[in-house]
Amino acid sequence: MHHQDIPLEVVQDIYTRVLRIRRFEEEVGRLFRQGQLPGFVHLYIGEEAVAAGVCAALTDDDTIISTHRGHGHVIAKGGDLNRMMAELFGKATGYCKGKGGSMHIADFKIGMLGAIGIVGGGMPISVGAGLSAWYTDSERVSVCFFGDGAANEGSFHESLNLASTLTLPVIFVCENNQYGEFTPAHKAMNITDIADRAAGYGIPGLVVDGTDAFEMYRAAKTAVARARAGGGPTLIEAKTHRRGSHAEGEEAFLGGQTYRSDEEMAAAQAKDPLLLLHTYVSENDILPAAKLETLDAEITQAVADAVDAARDSPAPQLDSLFEDLWL
Amino acid sequence: MPRKTYVAAIQEALAEEMRRDDRVFLIGEDVRIGVFPSTRGLHAEFGDKRVIDTPISELAVAGAGIGAAVTGLRPIVDLMFGTFLYLAFDQIANQAGAMRYMYGGQTKAPLVFMVQSGAGSSAGHHHSQAVHQFFMNMPQIKVILPSTPYDGKGLLKSAIRDDNPVIFLHSLSLGGKRGDVPSDEYLVPIGAADVKRAGSDVTICGVGPTVYAALEAAKMLAAEGVDAEVIDLRSLSPWDKQTVLESVAKTGRFVAVDESFPTCSAASEWAATVAEEAFSDLKAPVQRVTNQDVPMPFSPVLEKAVLPSAADVVAAARKTLT
Repeated sequence: MHHQDIPLEVVQDIYTRVLRIRRFEEEVGRLFRQGQLPGFVHLYIGEEAVAAGVCAALTDDDTIISTHRGHGHVIAKGGDLNRMMAELFGKATGYCKGKGGSMHIADFKIGMLGAIGIVGGGMPISVGAGLSAWYTDSERVSVCFFGDGAANEGSFHESLNLASTLTLPVIFVCENNQYGEFTPAHKAMNITDIADRAAGYGIPGLVVDGTDAFEMYRAAKTAVARARAGGGPTLIEAKTHRRGSHAEGEEAFLGGQTYRSDEEMAAAQAKDPLLLLHTYVSENDILPAAKLETLDAEITQAVADAVDAARDSPAPQLDSLFEDLWL
Repeated sequence: MPRKTYVAAIQEALAEEMRRDDRVFLIGEDVRIGVFPSTRGLHAEFGDKRVIDTPISELAVAGAGIGAAVTGLRPIVDLMFGTFLYLAFDQIANQAGAMRYMYGGQTKAPLVFMVQSGAGSSAGHHHSQAVHQFFMNMPQIKVILPSTPYDGKGLLKSAIRDDNPVIFLHSLSLGGKRGDVPSDEYLVPIGAADVKRAGSDVTICGVGPTVYAALEAAKMLAAEGVDAEVIDLRSLSPWDKQTVLESVAKTGRFVAVDESFPTCSAASEWAATVAEEAFSDLKAPVQRVTNQDVPMPFSPVLEKAVLPSAADVVAAARKTLT
């Protein structure tokens, strides 16, 4: 891990994004366990370096599409913690006025075109966002976050092929967190690297250590530059690990069965992206310890404030059921 | 007034709307060549960027249309046959119709999915189904199926200008049908039915090709002294309930004619609505005339036997009169 080619302000920016995601997700996990959140939540803990590194390489105009495990993408793109938390509580002040929930948060003002609850469902839409940029001669790029599970969906094949044949500015970021729900990725495909599939579409495919936020940033920068220059799409496979559950409370689905070993989880813990980043910036005196502590305290407070605000927010009025329909 | 074919009227609507608004573009497989001549010639006028050929990838092309629509464009996604919409189901059912609502009104998806619909050319089950009924069941998707060149042009123009996702079905069997199409600009509003024939004894409601079965049946019934009113719904979602209910209030009898398979057909919805909201007006039970409940066969004689015919409509109307 090194940051020699990355300016200090970007290092700090990436660190902040990772930490914001982590503290938010930790709190969401607590709230869920306390029974305070309706529905399901899929936490991004362990994968923060991917969204943080990639989004640090984007401008505000660039767009992203996300998945059911989408909180991290919203935060990395600059989403508002209060509106996110309120949405998780199903409140009227949430991003989607309580109509979307955890798996459907969007913020079109910051180019976050939505979390999509269907595995692979966002991929074709990201191609359309790229098409739009191409059509209007914009420098905008479209980033599609998806998982290893989506790489086995038909939409993966169709989307990569379509983006490639039309030479669209789309960056496909596969978060290979090793599991599609409870099935290990290696049992769902007979290849080691999903990035190899890029060859089938005539586009570059990169394998990146998804626990290293700097590596993610570099890979994204390269892909973004290529896309902006009219070079077309890139497939980036981020090797990462889902530290937590598929969905919080997964024990209920497992009925006492297990699917991961203690050794595997210990190895993932040792490669935790926040731990790696924190150790790196601390040991190399890149960011002073006092600054990191202040930052952590500020973020922790912002998350706590978001929870308070969400609790105090009104539930949606029943009249709103018939709002936001046909224009 | 110039007389044009149904398919030429659709082509004219596309060309006029593309001239009017730079954000409107056409995307799909072989739209340049225009396998169905509705898109033929548009590439010559509008070029590569606005008439975009794609691989055969219905799911991705449909989704790309959605992605383009939510980022400011107004795509027309041509997926060729209605049955090919099934390949794009996720993008239509889970995404296009729901996005605006699901994201709390933050966005809109102004796009048109354009496909040919229905039977009549002996193309077998995979290329001969009417598919409108599936999409009627999806909240926030508009569905239209014109029966005439005039309505085809006017409704497609309205669909392209609509800020919501619209499925524009053009009938396979009516492609060569000629009719009056004014040269001057006009629109046909989505959601408004057209009373094709006024009558006082029985209301016959159809859409697309079944309007012709209904009109022919009305002629046959007239010979028996029965005065049928024929309504062309034109739009399936939203549909013009008011016009139908007003007609039934007058006639007291209702026959729904629809080229869907029977269970949960469009006719089922119309019939249920009439039974629910106009029960006191009815003098006889409502009747549905739909396809036979079998996959669409290939042989012309078999295909014809599956589809609702004028004779079927007459028989159903007689049931309401006895």
